[in-house]
This record gives sequence, structure tokens and C-alpha cells, in this order.
Amino acid sequence: MSNIAAKAKELLESKAVQVVIGYEAGPTGVVRPAFITDAAKADSLIYNENCVQNLAMYLTKHEVKHIGKMGIVATLPVMRSIMMLISEQQVVPENIVVLGIAEDGKLLDIADMNVMHSHIEKSNLGNPTKDQEKLAELNKLSIEERFKFWEQEMSKCIKCYACRQSCPMCYCIRCSTDCNQPQWIPVQSNTQGNMDWHILRAMHLAGRCISCGECGRACPVNIPCHLLTMQLSDQAYNYFKVHAGTSVDMKSVMSTFEPNDKESFII
Amino acid sequence: MSDFEPKVVAFVCNWCTYAGADLTGTSRIKYATNVKIIRFPCTGRIDFMLLLKSFANGADGIIISGCHPNDCHYTSGNFHAKRRWIMFKELMDFMGIDMKRITYSWVSAAEGARWAEVVNTTVARVRELGPYVSYQKMVNTHIEEEVTNE
Repeated sequence: MSNIAAKAKELLESKAVQVVIGYEAGPTGVVRPAFITDAAKADSLIYNENCVQNLAMYLTKHEVKHIGKMGIVATLPVMRSIMMLISEQQVVPENIVVLGIAEDGKLLDIADMNVMHSHIEKSNLGNPTKDQEKLAELNKLSIEERFKFWEQEMSKCIKCYACRQSCPMCYCIRCSTDCNQPQWIPVQSNTQGNMDWHILRAMHLAGRCISCGECGRACPVNIPCHLLTMQLSDQAYNYFKVHAGTSVDMKSVMSTFEPNDKESFII
Repeated sequence: MSDFEPKVVAFVCNWCTYAGADLTGTSRIKYATNVKIIRFPCTGRIDFMLLLKSFANGADGIIISGCHPNDCHYTSGNFHAKRRWIMFKELMDFMGIDMKRITYSWVSAAEGARWAEVVNTTVARVRELGPYVSYQKMVNTHIEEEVTNE
């Protein structure tokens, strides 16, 4: 039995949590999220390099939340999501037990949010290297080339909103996309409306994206929409020196300001 | 296109720039008539989606203007707006939407001449850039069209 399964079993048996959110191998061997409520079934929990989905998304979902206290298998992006959700008052720290996983796959001992905070502080908070390289590549192009690239990508969008559903920070019960008074985003798929949607999504995640890349992974037509939010989290750090999801009392980038915020384009 | 008349939409705050634009008129200063002014309670109230919608509905350029920093009627609306604009500008740059079409400015209620100058320079710049068809034509493209083209 792996360390994670043993820890989950212990938590469930001692009634410290009522559900453990983790990963298990599905019938075809594909990794899928698991919600373990019975200590006897904790053995099925696994962790390997295929376990990439950001599970923090389930913490705000009613179906999971109402079971009771939640244990969650958490890699660095998941820990940052949890921090972010706490700072935005979406989850209560007392209701969450974190089964932290280090970069090498070993189980971390995360006793409380202070321990998690110091672990996050020690980690690399930038975007993943692969995505950072792609960002640098796109930033080198001319503005027309970039427009062409995104126009091409956006034309593929089928408005399934998987990017929204998979994102732990997109927890609004009523998204502005679901409202039709006014109808900001057209229902049908056309390149302009698709682009509007991705701009809206990126702007609403500005300074809140924790660079897990889940939106890009969830996209069924492979639009690299995670690059948009990652670019903004890069810029949020450039301008305001804030990394999202690093402390429980972080102030939101977009709802605060400094009188001496630097810009060079307002005449 | 020599007969192209750019359509410019100006989103302005009620307390400074709108009053400034009023002063331009009462001072009898002439400026380009291409601009359509929309009055907002505060620059902090201007949603970025309104900008995208105006481009989609045929605007070729946009002016956004409010009170100078520290002059906001609501004390901090323009500071919040500034942060939002910084992020929005970075996103637009990254997506390849030309920021030359959007003018951000601070114009106070006493700066009638400055408002005329802001409008005139923006209209001149947009006139040079031409109509914003690359954004407007996107409404007609979607995945089916692409499949049939291939």
C-alpha cells in the first residue's frame, strides 16, 4: 500500500475527514479522480506521473463539499489553488486536510496552512518551463503574427466551457457567460465570440491564475488557452510583484491598488 | 481609402472628462466629429467587454478617459481602473489586438483644449490604420467554414 493510501485510510478511520479526493486507475488504466468515503477502499488511491489533474476544483463543488471534511491529494498547483480559495473565502481551512506531494512524488507532512505556506514559498512559483518557452516564442512574434495565431486557435473553439469547468478559480455559481441580460458572449461558435470568451476568462483570472495549466489540458480541441492566463500571471508578477496562491491572507490583485502603480500608456 | 471616416467611441467619466468635453464645446474649440461620447459614472465602471463589443459593432478606435489620479470623485475608481487597464493592455498585446486603436487618457474638467487634442490625435491615428476589419470579419468565421476550405 502506498503512503498516500495509508494516510488516507488513517484519516478516514479516525474520522478526521469524511472524504478523500485523490487519483485512482480507472478500468482501462487511465488515471481518474477518486472520492473515497470508505476506509476499506482507500487502497485504490495511487499517485504517478499521470496524475496531473488539478483536484482543487472539486473543493468548491456542492456534491463534494456537503459530504463533510475533505482530505485532498495535493501537488504544488493544487496547494496553491487551496491557498487562493482560502484567501477568497471559498473554502474554510479547518475543513481541509492536505495530503501534500513533493515534486519527487513523496508524501509531505502538511499539518496546517502555515506548513503549506512555507512549502509553497520554497517552491518555484513561475510558469512551467514548457509553457514559459512557448510564451517567449509567441512574445517574439510581430503583433499581426500573434493575432493570426490566436485567430486560428480561436476558430477551433466549440464553446464547451471545459476550460471554465476544470479551473479551480472559476467557481462562480452563475458565470457571466450563462447570463443573457446582457449577452456578453454569443451562444454560437464564431471566431469573434470565441475570442471574446477567452479574453473574458483570462481577464477574470488575471492575478488569480496559479499556472496549473488545467484549462489547456481540458480543452478537447487543444486550444492553448492556458497561455493567456499564464501570460497574465507573469505580468501580474512583473507589475505588482504578486504570485497568486502563496498565502491565506493575500490581497486580490485586481480589487486592490497602489497609488504608484507604474504604466506608460496612459496619456 | 481616402473617404474613410473612422468611428471612434469614447468612454468617459461623468465627473472629469465629460465636463472637460463640455468645456471644449463652450470654449468653441473645434475637434473631429468622428467621436461618439458615452458617459459613465466613473472610469472604474468601464468593463473591458464594452470595448470588445464596440469593436465588434463597428468601432475603429476607442478613447477611454477619466479623472487624473487622486482626482477621482469616488476617491479610488481610477486607480482600480488603471490596474485593470494594465492587465487588459498586456492581454491585448499578447493576443495581437492592436493597442494603437485604444487611447487611454486622463482629462480633467478644466482641460477642454486637451480633450480636443486627445480626440484629434486618436482620430488621425485611426484614420491611418484604416477600418478594423480584421476584428469585425471574425464574426463570420468558425470551424465549419475552415473544414470546408480544407
